Amino acid sequence: MYTEKVMDHFTNPRNVGEIENASGVGTVGNAKCGDIMRIYLDINDGIINDVKFKTFGCGAAVATSSMATELVKGKTVQSALEITNKAVMEALDGLPPVKVHCSLLAEEAIHAALWDYAEKQGIQIEGLVKPKSDIHEDEEEVVY
Amino acid sequence: MEKKIYLDNAATTKTRPEVVEAMLPYFTELYGNPSSVYEFAAQNKKAVDDARGIIAKALGGENAEIYFTAGGTESDNWAIKAAVDAYADKGNHIITSKIEHHAILHTCEYLEKHGVEVTYVDVDENGVLKLDQLEKAIRPTTILISVMFANNEIGTMQPIKEIGEIAKKHNILFHTDAVQAFGQVPINVDDLNIDMLSASAHKLNGPKGIGFLYIRKGLKLRSYIHGGAQERQRRAGTENVPAIVGFGKAVQIAIDTMKERCDKEIKLRNLFMKRVLEEIPFVRVNGDKTRRLPNNANFSFQFIEGESLLIMLDMKNICASSGSACTSGSLDPSHVLLAIGLPHEIAHGSLRLTVNHENTDAEINYTIDQIKEIVDKLRKMSPLYEDFMKKK
Repeated sequence: MYTEKVMDHFTNPRNVGEIENASGVGTVGNAKCGDIMRIYLDINDGIINDVKFKTFGCGAAVATSSMATELVKGKTVQSALEITNKAVMEALDGLPPVKVHCSLLAEEAIHAALWDYAEKQGIQIEGLVKPKSDIHEDEEEVVY
Repeated sequence: MEKKIYLDNAATTKTRPEVVEAMLPYFTELYGNPSSVYEFAAQNKKAVDDARGIIAKALGGENAEIYFTAGGTESDNWAIKAAVDAYADKGNHIITSKIEHHAILHTCEYLEKHGVEVTYVDVDENGVLKLDQLEKAIRPTTILISVMFANNEIGTMQPIKEIGEIAKKHNILFHTDAVQAFGQVPINVDDLNIDMLSASAHKLNGPKGIGFLYIRKGLKLRSYIHGGAQERQRRAGTENVPAIVGFGKAVQIAIDTMKERCDKEIKLRNLFMKRVLEEIPFVRVNGDKTRRLPNNANFSFQFIEGESLLIMLDMKNICASSGSACTSGSLDPSHVLLAIGLPHEIAHGSLRLTVNHENTDAEINYTIDQIKEIVDKLRKMSPLYEDFMKKK
């Protein structure tokens, strides 16, 4: 079902944990749909020095969180903002179609953490829009 | 442990070697079509009739009341759709429960789009049907009550005798999906006032792709699959002779070994319940504690998600199942767990373990050790657990 990279990031997730007094924290998803991601960023001089995550969710949710943290670590705020869910998926060698929303959640979680950082700093980050807290709103129901 | 530990017997079971052995001649030697007139085919007709006899006897019914199908899903579809068709003069209302298998629920939802009215009766927190609600739901136009014998997820067994009595009192047909219960617990269709019953071979160590619908004599039900005159003209298509022979053999063994097999399964199941509840915090047992299938254990581990747990168990060569959304292919967790009142996040963290007679204490103990470690690992990365611990 999952690629080797997904399995690797699921079984040995990178950057699991919390950051005390983080520069920004973002939590997205909801328990109803079975996935919640929380990302902590430690930002200094516009550079993401450290990043940690906690995720409640399936294998793909954990793996996309792990990969997203790897991708933003050491980056500037601006280039972290440019990391899309597609980039996360590609870095994992793909996800099953029903799990694509997990990668969207990871992208949203990064944005939420950056949004929190911007609010705390009283700054505006160019190109950052207020993230949705939930990415399931538009999904369709199956009809029998 | 290198060996696979199979704890998903509610999904399917291993076909017994004796069953396979009984089936084999009907592929390469006795391959005749039971409908043919020559002597060579007569043996096949007899083999099918013998299997039918074993099943009829197991239910306390007659041979002519057993109709072979391609499995439980077909039997469920047939029972409901044909009842709606045959009893349209009387009415168009069906009563079922909120925790039925999708073979029943999605059939009912489909029929609702075609003018049929359906009442989905609630269950209590243990998954037991609310009988008072059932009786209140009955209308003059009610033609069918369909309630499963035992639930596939949480193992709860329904008060079938009481439901049968209510149906009889109001002169309403009673169908039960006994896919999980047949061969596990004694069933007598007369004692329980059952008019129709669905079952499947692969849940009781028989082959896949074969099931039956019991239809009480005198019911007006007509054909669902049209074609040849097989199965007393009610279910067309050349009989799946090898599978039917295997089904008969599997039922015979299931009935003969029921007592000792179930005693062993209950012992293994109770070991699961005891150790998990004692050794893992923030866990609950889903389903009724006593009115329960012998082989079923179902837990919800708070703060974690079921699919993650399943994948990590799989990496330890342990096969189990969950009611989380990720395993159901939708966003919602199991309708059964929601119907017993679990909040979504707790329903997502469910784990179903269904044992068989071949499992050992050592396998169960090893599995519990693994579950403990995995639950701990997943909780350490769960934001829900983090929030909970901070609030404490």
